[in-house]
Amino acid sequence: MLKTLTQFLSSLRLTVVLLACAIAVVFFGTLGQTSDGLYVAQQRYFRSWFSYWTPHDATFPWIPLPGGYLVGTLLLANLVVAHVTRFKWSWNKSGIFMTHIGIILLLVGQLLTDMLARESVMSFREGDTRNYSESSMDFELAFLQDTGSNQLDQVVAFPGKLIQSGTELRHPLLPFSIRVREAFENATVRARGPMVDSNRPPASTQGEGRRMIIESSAAKRGMEDRNVPGSVLEMIDGGRSMGTWLGSGILRAQSIETASGTWRMELRPVREYKPFALTLIKTTHEVYPGTEKPKNFQSRVRIQNLDSREDREVDIYMNNPLRYAGYTFFQFQMGREQLEQGGRGTSALQVVQNPSWIAPYLGCIIVGLGLLVQFGIHLGKFISRRKA
Amino acid sequence: MKRWFPPLLTAIFAVWILSALMTKKESSYFIDAFGRLPVVFNGRVQPVDSLARNSLTQIREKDTANLEPWKFWYQAPKILSATEWLLTVMTRPEVADGWKIFRLDHPELKALLKLPEADPTRNEDGKHFSWGQFGESGFKLIEDEHRRIRQTKKDASQRTTFDSAILEAHEALTLYLRLKNTVHPQDTAEFGREIGDYTRAVPGGVTAFRNRMIGSGVVETNALTALFDFAERYFVTVRMDTPLLIPPASGGEVGEWSRMGEALLDSSVSAPLLSHLMRRDPKEALAPERVSALIREAGTRPLNPAVPLWAKMADAFRLEQSVEFNTAVAAYTDYLRSLRLDRALSKAGSEQAFNRFAPFSKAAAIYIVAFLFGCGFWFNFAEWSRRTSLQLVLLTFVVHTVGLIFRMWLEGRPPVTNLYSSAIFIGWGAVGLGLILEGFWKNAIGLAVATVIGFATQVVAHNLALSGDTMVMMEAVLDTNFWLATHVVIVTLGYASTFVAGFLAILYVILGVGTRVLTPVMGRSLARMVYGILCFATLFSFVGTVLGGIWADQSWGRFWGWDPKENGALIIVLWNVLILHARWGGMVKERGIMNLAIVGNVVTCWSWFGTNLLGIGLHSYGFMSGAFTALMVFVATQAILIGLGSLPQSMWRSFRGVKS
Repeated sequence: MLKTLTQFLSSLRLTVVLLACAIAVVFFGTLGQTSDGLYVAQQRYFRSWFSYWTPHDATFPWIPLPGGYLVGTLLLANLVVAHVTRFKWSWNKSGIFMTHIGIILLLVGQLLTDMLARESVMSFREGDTRNYSESSMDFELAFLQDTGSNQLDQVVAFPGKLIQSGTELRHPLLPFSIRVREAFENATVRARGPMVDSNRPPASTQGEGRRMIIESSAAKRGMEDRNVPGSVLEMIDGGRSMGTWLGSGILRAQSIETASGTWRMELRPVREYKPFALTLIKTTHEVYPGTEKPKNFQSRVRIQNLDSREDREVDIYMNNPLRYAGYTFFQFQMGREQLEQGGRGTSALQVVQNPSWIAPYLGCIIVGLGLLVQFGIHLGKFISRRKA
Repeated sequence: MKRWFPPLLTAIFAVWILSALMTKKESSYFIDAFGRLPVVFNGRVQPVDSLARNSLTQIREKDTANLEPWKFWYQAPKILSATEWLLTVMTRPEVADGWKIFRLDHPELKALLKLPEADPTRNEDGKHFSWGQFGESGFKLIEDEHRRIRQTKKDASQRTTFDSAILEAHEALTLYLRLKNTVHPQDTAEFGREIGDYTRAVPGGVTAFRNRMIGSGVVETNALTALFDFAERYFVTVRMDTPLLIPPASGGEVGEWSRMGEALLDSSVSAPLLSHLMRRDPKEALAPERVSALIREAGTRPLNPAVPLWAKMADAFRLEQSVEFNTAVAAYTDYLRSLRLDRALSKAGSEQAFNRFAPFSKAAAIYIVAFLFGCGFWFNFAEWSRRTSLQLVLLTFVVHTVGLIFRMWLEGRPPVTNLYSSAIFIGWGAVGLGLILEGFWKNAIGLAVATVIGFATQVVAHNLALSGDTMVMMEAVLDTNFWLATHVVIVTLGYASTFVAGFLAILYVILGVGTRVLTPVMGRSLARMVYGILCFATLFSFVGTVLGGIWADQSWGRFWGWDPKENGALIIVLWNVLILHARWGGMVKERGIMNLAIVGNVVTCWSWFGTNLLGIGLHSYGFMSGAFTALMVFVATQAILIGLGSLPQSMWRSFRGVKS
């Protein structure tokens, strides 16, 4: 039984079938992006065990597919078992060994990246300083209170996934509890019109929401699309309602008065604080003369790190990221705020933390050398045979 | 004869190629010298010659202007060089408007515009039409249709062939309109005199304008109107995005060149100030301090000296004064030299020489001849036939290589920067591999590979060039010579070698099924070639693909983003690996490998073109319906070949009577 299993797992036939499956997964995963968008297609075809493909807006034909995880795992198993049971080392096969080790490294590295890599965004205007980056997907409900003496705020933050209709949130530091009346994954918030909205109540009884309307929108799934969550929250102080507030990703902080002082509330992207701060000094956006084609996006940034007493300036531009303290900062977006707000340049940096970033570099080198060695051996034999 | 024929024929072709490099004697007008003048268009310095050729290619699919398209070639129709055509468009638009240079093929579009049918007696060929034949109404019809398509069919794959024909016609007509207004507004009678009138109107006009803006002093309405009559005309040409003709008076950077209209307005009310005043979009608003600075500066700058020099050239050509024209061209060239713009001048000169050299289209022609001699070898096994083919391919390979290096030097870039150059480079790689194969086997198979792929990639490149400039500047993300030189070049070599393997397989099937040429010896050698090439294809496509991932990691921190083009390259790697493993496992034999290798052609084409057509991802250049059709036809032919390859051996002519 075990023998048949190892025979099956180590067979070249399985390799060929798995490679064919991998091709099918990649091909349909590519086609799937046209209808699902990159993010959903990735989850559906590559980060899954099984999936199926149907043409755009149709339910037929229905093509069942293995998922990326399944094919990757089986290929890995196939490779490892074949090496353990079937392969015998010889110098003639050294290239194949190297190649396969490199492939294993690439597969494992990709899996690790999948699990460990974290991406966030740091966006600021010229002159702004940031010591945190923000998630581009997840929001949190934060309550802040001035502590008076120093410049730091007291912060209580609830992860976005806790904000579900009907739940009640409490925290020992907060003098009130929060009852979630309504919660939308993606919501449109707009000013309440004087005539058209006369039969709709305002979104909330307190804060900004008194002049606003909240409506649910279809959640977006594309890679570049962003959902703006919205919710209606009732604050309860010792069993007594303080009124409702509108929480929305597009609103600035709103204040909540309590007996023990003023709290500010905002629904904001989840923040990840860093042990250093970046200041955006200058943005440069060049186009080719006489065209709209971008030639260069560049952010000049000042790094300040109190621990290491570093204080220096660097340029971040396309193909020239900043690698610092385990993070990599890439030039992501660039813009300019409206003239009325000062017309300052804005810049968004993509912040990536990927401890396994070295794996593909090593894998590529090992596989490349392995193939070179193996095919070199073939070629050498071939030439010497022709000469003979 | 057999001994001296190959070198003689090769020498004749070599002379033909070299003759193109020699400058022709100028006619009474120094058109060539004018064509060498640098201008800035598509974000780069280029000679007038390139602007002319690329525009004409976009408008009529050829880089010369045939003024009598209804005539057959033996009736010697009048053909103008691109530069002379452009010169006429820019300075005598009323003459150029009568030339039938707009190529239109779509029958419904022709019917919509009521364009005449082919009728040589009335000087109509039914394919080429003049600006005059479109008329105001025709242009408006196309504009309306264009707007409708843009609004209702944002996704290019929804567009019909009629829609695409409208978009193409719109692009051609707009380009022509821009060219007509490049040197001066199209209705200018005599540019030199107009500039004189304008400069006289500037002082009074600017004073009136400034008083009006500040709200103090007397506003001379007549003076203001006189200035703005000119200013509005020039501003319209600026808004058209005409090519940049005028270098800054101090020499300076490429980024500081300006349009003729901007240069004229600079001496009175500058173009940025005008676009602030006439803005339709609040985004064009300037900060108040900037506006008052611009108002203060109005009328303080002298007219850029290049403006009257251009006017001299334009007026002389318009009034058909050849001596004056030649003097004016020389004067402007000297002026550019005095600005120390020698680099721009020499670059423009080199590019003009490259255009005339046209190495790739010449190479295509010789590949056909070489292919025929290569085939000759298989059918009568005459060594002189193979040698002729070999020498011609070697000559062409030299031309191809020189062309490639020339282009790289002109662009200051590695060989592959866009789809066009990838086609040229795949051709080059395949010819190189073909020559190596021929060096080993000497059975004309390598030559067949070299000539057919060499020719086919030139055809692809030619069609890609129809959309205009092939040396466009790189987007910021792609602006890195290191990664272009490593990832792109290696991946493209992967494409080239996979195609070579696929083509060898096609040869095997065609020769095997259709002829008796495929002997067992030849079959075995073909199989060996395919295997060897596949090994290297795997190496190149793998390393190239992973390098692409590393580039992505370097520029936005994501090693693998499942971008369609990345995925396409990955599929090529997986496919090649699959074939190799299937062979090692004994799952396929000679014919099986051949069939799999033909599938490799489809896989490679998908990655090369198909993924770009999806309209998503980083490498997408939008849907091209022509390319889609071509891709489908290609896939169909490959399917037929695989079908042939799967026929039972008894039906293969070469295998009849041979025991398998």
